[in-house]
Amino acid sequence: MKATCWMGANRVEVREVPDPKILNPRDAIVRITSTAICGSDLHLYDGYMPTMEKGDILGHEFMGEVVEVGPGAASKVAVGDRVVVPFPIACGACLNCERGLYSVCENSNPNAAMAEKAFGFPSAGIFGYSHLTGGYAGGQAEYARVPFADVGPLKIESDLSDEQVLFLSDILPTGYMGAEMCDIKPGDIVAVWGAGPVGQLALASARLLGAEKVIAIDRFPYRLEMAAANTGAETINYEGTDVNDALKEMTGGRGPDACIDAVGMEAHHGTGVIQAYDRVKQAVRLESDRPHALRQAITCCRNGGVVSVVGVYGGLVDKFPIGSLMNRSLTIKSGQCHVQRYMKPLLDHIEAGRIDPTFIITHRLDLEQAPDGYETFKHKQDDCMKVVMTPSS
Amino acid sequence: MKGRSVITVNASPAAVYAQWRDFERLPTFMYHLESVRDTGGGRSHWVAKAPAGTTVEWDAELTDDIPQERIAWRSLEGASVGNSGSVQFRPAPGGRATEVHVELGYDPPGGAIGSMVAKLFGEEPNQQISDDLRRFKQLVETGEIARSDGSPLGSRTQNLVHQHDAHPHDAHPTGDDEPGKGELDATPEEARA
Repeated sequence: MKATCWMGANRVEVREVPDPKILNPRDAIVRITSTAICGSDLHLYDGYMPTMEKGDILGHEFMGEVVEVGPGAASKVAVGDRVVVPFPIACGACLNCERGLYSVCENSNPNAAMAEKAFGFPSAGIFGYSHLTGGYAGGQAEYARVPFADVGPLKIESDLSDEQVLFLSDILPTGYMGAEMCDIKPGDIVAVWGAGPVGQLALASARLLGAEKVIAIDRFPYRLEMAAANTGAETINYEGTDVNDALKEMTGGRGPDACIDAVGMEAHHGTGVIQAYDRVKQAVRLESDRPHALRQAITCCRNGGVVSVVGVYGGLVDKFPIGSLMNRSLTIKSGQCHVQRYMKPLLDHIEAGRIDPTFIITHRLDLEQAPDGYETFKHKQDDCMKVVMTPSS
Repeated sequence: MKGRSVITVNASPAAVYAQWRDFERLPTFMYHLESVRDTGGGRSHWVAKAPAGTTVEWDAELTDDIPQERIAWRSLEGASVGNSGSVQFRPAPGGRATEVHVELGYDPPGGAIGSMVAKLFGEEPNQQISDDLRRFKQLVETGEIARSDGSPLGSRTQNLVHQHDAHPHDAHPTGDDEPGKGELDATPEEARA
């Protein structure tokens, strides 16, 4: 089959690789009909996530048709089912899965010992997302092996298009969880750093959850315009605007009730000196992540507010404003999305027309064009917001 | 030479005890073991893997067997590598899960066998037991051992430095001499058995 392989920093190739096989009883094989490039794939592409191996198959946002089912999953999924596959691999049986904390499943990461050394405790397996999360082959391919197929995949039984439901695999639940963690109350104002795909869907979700006003912060006018047009967001372009001042102006001096970091470890902009400091330390591996958006989300949040972190971080940051966080009674909530928890309720929202995530799609490519897709998305060329790819077979 | 580790398994002490007490299945999750045969009367015959395709064998006897609570064993006199072990099952707070505490001790002799055993068990004994327990938990909770294209053997710390790329599994024929590649012993069939 054809698959998108990571060949080193800033290099992906679509290569011919062996078809996946059932390895465990609860596996299924899915023939992929639609797959997307995630902003977090760019952390891999850019070479910022450790434990990538040359040849690793990328991709954790995918859906398709079940073509083979192991005996342990046959009671829940059948050949011919049309399914969306959640990006965290979760067993459904451990204590964390029982609590709905699927992205920290205790049983799905074969490299748990490595992840434990890096993080203190291991996180779940994730498709196509480095060996720290298990070394699973990803879904930017013609086929994928899906472990615990009786737990994760969501069956689509209506005639919704792939594009309408594909993002249930990651970014819609991720954006939604980012908003849900804000514990939105009537009258709340929610600010979102990063108007990329997750940011857009976090803004839309915050509206859905009752936020009175949502504010998008980015530096690309096309992204801010998309947020304004589709989510009713007010916007701040941080290039040339003091974000803190602008937010105070927009919130009567109080600051947003909740701040969502939908940027993560490769934040672009800081005040000159701090940004230079982060870039240098990251370049020599003394600091793994550039946390500018997170720092700003903390210092801009109103007293007693919530900072919700769904942007991906991989390691360590410097100059973390713990004094601002502690003295002002802020709450930080975070996590890789527990996608399995949100898929069904969000599918209901899509079916009822309350949310339509297709507005973010700007590029539709063949799988073979994945290298172009990564370059276009990374450099935000051609007003790129979201790349969806289709295997040609 | 001693090692210990602990893990919490989401099942009752009775269920967890029963799975461990089935000694012949221990090699499914203890990857340094090749086989364990129950020879009756509380005795068993153990075969462990050693470098270069060789094995180390010994007979062992139960020294304690309290259902739902504790199992302990030790090698019989004459074993080339004296060893003993115990596993305790304690209800976790809240009563919904079971803490599994394992202790293993090895008393390797001098000479070639001794250094071989030291190499097998001695480098990171706690880590090896921890790996074994993680696989035991996976088996009890999910009925299978997690494996990926990059880690077809499941969690085995000593192999983590020899990761495969995340290509589908048959991209990597077994049998070459990269560590771990020729050791696809715990097949899905065995895990399911």
